[in-house]
Amino acid sequence: MRPTKESATVSTSQASGVVGEVVPPPLDPTTEILRVEDLTVRFPTDDGMVHAVRGVSYALHPREVLGIVGESGSGKSVSSMAVMGLLPRSAKIGGRVLFRGDDVLRMRPDQQRSLRGRKIGMIFQDAMTALNPVLSIGAQLVEAVRSHEHISHTAALLRAQEMLDLVGIPQAKDRLRSYPHEFSGGMRQRAMIAMAVINRPDVIFADEPTTALDVTVQAQILDTLLAVKDEVDAAIVFITHDLGVIASVADRVLVMYAGKPVETAGVDEIFAEPRMPYTAGLLGSMPTVDLIGERLRPIQGTPPSLINLPTGCPFRPRCPIAIDVCASAEPPLLETDRRGHTAACHRWEDVAGYDDATSMFRVEKGQTVGLVAEDTEDVELPEVRPEELGRDGGTTAGGPA
Amino acid sequence: MSVPTNMEPGRPGSGLSSGGLDPSDGRDVDGTAAAGLSIKARTQGELVLRRFVRHRGAMIGLLVFIAIIVLAVSSIGMGPIPGWWDKTFTTTGSVVDGGRPTLDPFPAFVDGDGFAVGESPFGQDSIGRDYFATTMRGAQQSLQIALLVGLVSTIVGTVVGSIAGYFGGLTENVLMRVVDVMITIPLLLLAAVVARSTDGSAPTLGLLLGIVVWTSLARLVRGEVLSIKEREFVEAARAMGANPFRIITRHILPNIISTIIVSATLTIAAAILLETALSFLGFGVQAPDTSLGKLISEYQTAFATRPWLFWFPGLMIIGIALSVNFIGDGLRDAFDPRQNKVRA
Repeated sequence: MRPTKESATVSTSQASGVVGEVVPPPLDPTTEILRVEDLTVRFPTDDGMVHAVRGVSYALHPREVLGIVGESGSGKSVSSMAVMGLLPRSAKIGGRVLFRGDDVLRMRPDQQRSLRGRKIGMIFQDAMTALNPVLSIGAQLVEAVRSHEHISHTAALLRAQEMLDLVGIPQAKDRLRSYPHEFSGGMRQRAMIAMAVINRPDVIFADEPTTALDVTVQAQILDTLLAVKDEVDAAIVFITHDLGVIASVADRVLVMYAGKPVETAGVDEIFAEPRMPYTAGLLGSMPTVDLIGERLRPIQGTPPSLINLPTGCPFRPRCPIAIDVCASAEPPLLETDRRGHTAACHRWEDVAGYDDATSMFRVEKGQTVGLVAEDTEDVELPEVRPEELGRDGGTTAGGPA
Repeated sequence: MSVPTNMEPGRPGSGLSSGGLDPSDGRDVDGTAAAGLSIKARTQGELVLRRFVRHRGAMIGLLVFIAIIVLAVSSIGMGPIPGWWDKTFTTTGSVVDGGRPTLDPFPAFVDGDGFAVGESPFGQDSIGRDYFATTMRGAQQSLQIALLVGLVSTIVGTVVGSIAGYFGGLTENVLMRVVDVMITIPLLLLAAVVARSTDGSAPTLGLLLGIVVWTSLARLVRGEVLSIKEREFVEAARAMGANPFRIITRHILPNIISTIIVSATLTIAAAILLETALSFLGFGVQAPDTSLGKLISEYQTAFATRPWLFWFPGLMIIGIALSVNFIGDGLRDAFDPRQNKVRA
């Protein structure tokens, strides 16, 4: 319905797209573990209804890593909490969350509970606060097992030891008796991962699992997470605001802004050729190795209030290429010129027209796109990631040792 | 307790495929890590115990309390335990020397007569019963009641408080309004009415007083649960699929056990005094059995002429209440993480 540069590749299935409606490409339901359809979350507050999540849809396949990126308040954490059933009772949740075909949101609380921890695991950002300070690591792992299975304490303890081994904690047997405060930050996060996967879940929600760690430990933890994922055959929903981390772990990326996905694509496509100005802005504001000596290109302004969203595109006030239609109609998430690459932008063709889409935020010399793409092809954790170099001032000594 | 445990295991890129479940890999790291672990890590429990043992008042209190229990139980015996004292609190005899105590606590170099226990060290009452045996029986009954009150009120208070705190909403409202109502009723009056409608035996009395005095602990526990349940590890437990019962018992209560233990101890001290007051008013333990409070009440008129009938049970009450209070203080200090004066 829109003219495109390479019209041959355009999917025609989007003609029925209702404005504001998110239509993930139809997929064989037998291969999907988790399917989220038009998930909305609203919180009543004194100031009015906060529309924290305004229609998120995605499908997750076995062993896939889906990265959800967005800045604070974009709804990325809230949407996963809604899937887990962990939101406070005051939250108003809409849409459907299908786990292997069953709608999680319409399950009885005890059915939901039997999914949590057993079929859907969760890794929290700060293991220091997410682990119980007065219980030993072993006791907490045993607790995770025995919440779902009626097995003996000894058997559960043995499983706990296996898991600590699996996540790379040395002397696992002795470490079962340790308390969280006796672990270093990285080891705590390893224990947290062990706890999330001890029941061999099909889906792991990792909510900023490396944000509280320093960069070198971060790399090790991501390594561990991916290895454990393969070991237990789980898919991961990886939530972060760190594009560098996403580049190294994700297969597909979903970019969220103001409670909505604004772009989804494979990790290579989204880093190489974003189709939405916001994504381009995020990429441009990320320090990369080839930008040394150049200014970063920040996105001006702040995200809109989720209480009174203006009509039109929520990104319009900050968008350098906004036009009149952006103020009147919110663009739906539609497939672009590439299959599986969707964007919510009236002007995605124009974004595609840029050689370097990040340059729309500040036209400067230098081409950055090529290098970023090359780097992100290496989904195995690269030895040295460019954003690390940018932060460390160019040293490479900080890599996994 | 500086423990050099913050060593991130070095794992160059290889990930887990090589390490994984291979025991030889773990053993290799064992050797190097064990060398660095020369200082033993102390658990929270060990730290608490250490601080408690070093609390002088608490240790003295504990010794006194244990001594009183041992004395009260072993002297005249209790249930299957045989006593070493030759008289019982029920057998009467001839009143010797107006029932004056034969106990002479001062050794020879102080008063010349020398230390002596005599036939009836605490004296005799007006019908010639041995007052030492009577006092010991009273102490037994009072202790039994106090410990039972501590136990029952702690259980009820913890259950009510944690349910109210964790579930909130209507459950919390109903439970806490019941607590409010119970608190508005004068405790002594409530206890008197409850105690009056029973047979007046020590176990019944203990149980009944227990289900009257749990209210303050319920409020305390509710407050603690309200704050703990907002912590992230409770959310993590929910994300793990633990049910509310498991979350409360395995994740929340271990975090507030210190509050509960301290409160239980102080409740025991208060229960001793409550029982004393009740028995003094005639609502507590009923004759022919006796308790410390009942003894004081019975012989209040004899205070001017035969003061020992007042003093000995009085001293026992003070001894028990004071020692338990000291233990409670010591526990509170030991559990307080800000108490870092006594360190490893």
